[in-house]
Amino acid sequence: MADVLTFTESGIYCPAGDFYIDPWRPVDRALITHGHADHSRWGMNRYLATDAAAPVIRHRLGEIDLATIPYGEARRINGATVSFHPAGHVPGSAQIRVEVGGEVWVASGDYKTVADGLSEPFEPVRCHAFITECTFGLPVFKWLEEDVLTAQINAWWAANAAAGRTSIIGAYALGKAQRLLTCVDPSIGPILTHGAVENTNAVLRAQGIALPDTIRVTPEMKAADHPGALVVATPSALGTSWARRFGPASTAFASGWMALRGVRRRRAADRGFVVSDHADWDGLNTAIKETGATKIFATHGYTSAFQRWLAEEGYDAHIVSTEYTGEDMTEEGASATDEDAA
Amino acid sequence: MKDFAALYARIDESTKTTVKVAALADYFRTAPDDDKLWTVALFSGRRPKRTITATRLREWAAERSDIPLWLFEESYHIVGDLAETISLVLPDATATSDRSLTFWIGEIKRLSAADDTTRKAGILSAWDALPGPQRYLFTKLLTGSFRVGVSRKLMTRALSQATDGDEANLTHRLMGDWTPETTTWERLIETTDPSTDLSRPYPFYLAYGLEDLDALGPATDWSAEWKWDGIRGQFILREGEHHLWSRGEDLMTDRFPELAQLRDFLPDGTVIDGEVLAFRDEAPLSFNALQSRIGRKTVPKKLLTEAPVILMAYDLLEDAGADIRALPYADRRARLAQIVAKAPATAPLRLSPTVAATGWDQLAAARESSRDRQAEGLMLKRRDSPYLAGRRKGDWWKWKVDPLTIDAVMIYAQQGSGRRANLFTDYTFAVWDGDQLVPFTKAYSGLTDAEFRQITAWVRKNTLQKFGPVRQVTPEHVFELGFEGIQASPRHKSGVALRFPRMLRWRHDKPMKEANTLADLKEMLAAYG
Repeated sequence: MADVLTFTESGIYCPAGDFYIDPWRPVDRALITHGHADHSRWGMNRYLATDAAAPVIRHRLGEIDLATIPYGEARRINGATVSFHPAGHVPGSAQIRVEVGGEVWVASGDYKTVADGLSEPFEPVRCHAFITECTFGLPVFKWLEEDVLTAQINAWWAANAAAGRTSIIGAYALGKAQRLLTCVDPSIGPILTHGAVENTNAVLRAQGIALPDTIRVTPEMKAADHPGALVVATPSALGTSWARRFGPASTAFASGWMALRGVRRRRAADRGFVVSDHADWDGLNTAIKETGATKIFATHGYTSAFQRWLAEEGYDAHIVSTEYTGEDMTEEGASATDEDAA
Repeated sequence: MKDFAALYARIDESTKTTVKVAALADYFRTAPDDDKLWTVALFSGRRPKRTITATRLREWAAERSDIPLWLFEESYHIVGDLAETISLVLPDATATSDRSLTFWIGEIKRLSAADDTTRKAGILSAWDALPGPQRYLFTKLLTGSFRVGVSRKLMTRALSQATDGDEANLTHRLMGDWTPETTTWERLIETTDPSTDLSRPYPFYLAYGLEDLDALGPATDWSAEWKWDGIRGQFILREGEHHLWSRGEDLMTDRFPELAQLRDFLPDGTVIDGEVLAFRDEAPLSFNALQSRIGRKTVPKKLLTEAPVILMAYDLLEDAGADIRALPYADRRARLAQIVAKAPATAPLRLSPTVAATGWDQLAAARESSRDRQAEGLMLKRRDSPYLAGRRKGDWWKWKVDPLTIDAVMIYAQQGSGRRANLFTDYTFAVWDGDQLVPFTKAYSGLTDAEFRQITAWVRKNTLQKFGPVRQVTPEHVFELGFEGIQASPRHKSGVALRFPRMLRWRHDKPMKEANTLADLKEMLAAYG
């Protein structure tokens, strides 16, 4: 039987359906798992994404031909049947299930198995072949329980507020920033947001996602106007003159990479909170097991170690080369991680 | 251990000196004496030695975590730190413990002396009883690799704040070969006069690299001498016993047995600051010769004749049993000259010569001749300056010669570890031999974080082959490398070995074909080797 999905120069391709999933080169028809820049690119003739992901994709890509689909609804595209299922990565993110002649493959984009109170929780989808990321595909990456993490962040904010310092936390504008907003305790103080974060907030609020009250940082704003505030900024804004306006401040990054002491120290922030919108080691392994798939493709992250591990566990495991950037922490702008770009 | 872990976290999280000092001072005010003593010991580099091999620890950690050893190794390679890797891969602690730092160090010692089965059981149960951060510190202590981002100077400052003791006096007290087993908090910090310990060295005065020659004032305020390329040492002779200390406070007395004869020629109660140099026919031998002596606890006869050492004396800290560090440099130097003059010419002792000059131009010219004298440049010392403790700006400056340089092509890259985990920071460089690129050195430092990030992204896209952690990359980028010396080396394919190679800059402007050649390197070897 021919493969349901193939891996091409332009992206993941379905011959039977004649469409691509998260392509990185311009193609006619693209199915998009979620709105992050390395999965949702400009230049496709037609796009298809979930209802919940569509507003952000439009916000980022502008005037595009974008059709939408609710989670779980099956749709026929040429010789293939596709459906979108929650990936738990960011609001609206999806795994894409493709069925051709009874053979089911799932392209999972980026995913996270633990519910974060914001994104639609991850749903395992039974399949024969599963295409997985492995950004954090090593056993040193194990996330804290959500309530422990939340308590750490709130304690840091409260201690800063009590000492008269502003708390500035760097988090990617789509997904992680809103996840922080939903988990922190707004009774500690006011919450200010960087423009890029607030623009995404506006899009998400407009589609009915509940976020706490936030105040957009404006050029004339002074720290004294909002004592004890938590500022949610993009990672690249930390350490710039934009951040210095808040006077005495404690800075933090929120990223899965903060699990590593070396990376934490390299960031030169006061604190590093281990917050990720990707699955940790246990999450990846559980997700794969629950698909029931025997054939696994690792796309981005620690692919060679993860492939070997899966092969030794008895899977028919392969590495495929893509242009998704989950692994890298090296992009320009000092503080952004690849995870942030992903 | 919980309090110690909290202290470590406060220090580790912050980049601000004041926060680190305050955290330590708080700890010194509240912790029990034996934990404080261990903390001072650990923060001044007196860590317990590793007695259990890293191999065993890896095996036990992998087994306990239910992962294959190769996967542990892969993880270690990314994390860059064994103790951290272990503490991250292990399952969460199931027991809880509120035992002290001193207890766990005692436990490490107990297990060190035990058989393998007891060790394994003890370590597995410790890992299981300690939550993440404490487990990490316990394992750091176990592997003998505990380090902390606080200098001794800052630790001493915190100690001074917490005890109301004088900082310089405390610095002196903390010198020497005490361990928490041989002393108590009270004896070390509170009661005893520091000079009662006969082997105790004075804190070394360390110079910074010269920043601004024009700010130094007239050259006649300064004394210049050669900056020797040997091992800094403090020679102590008190009550007929001698001791030789390295700058890192290692006792080197037995490594350089020829210096024992100085007991016959120096007056009792003498402490000299100088450089241990391999030396023959009134000239220093290359650092290579001295290198053969480093790390050897005992010295075979052959080496004693091949690489004999002397003490090149440049300062006198104690004269006739009196601490004279507060005297002006010129006075100390005059006393030192008298002492050295009384020793016979056969004694392994020389007075480091001063470079006579009336103006900076003369000194600048002398500095240019440093390499011919096996020196690294000049040391400038203000004539009226006291001998200070630790690294201070103002009175002593290193004025080193510019490094030798060569333009080379990057051909391999490897990820760094620790702070540089996940960045490609370790490169192998090559020069042209005809149309072949011949590797000749590695270098790790000298670029900015932004440049390392840029190269890392490039390496990922331009990998030709992977050999384990090493990636062969497309030859394309040219770097200017700086180094302090060059020697013939049969062990290297290129036939040369460099001393202190580092990247001076990334030559974006230079096409690969214009990098230097093996012939250029050989020419440098002939000139400076």
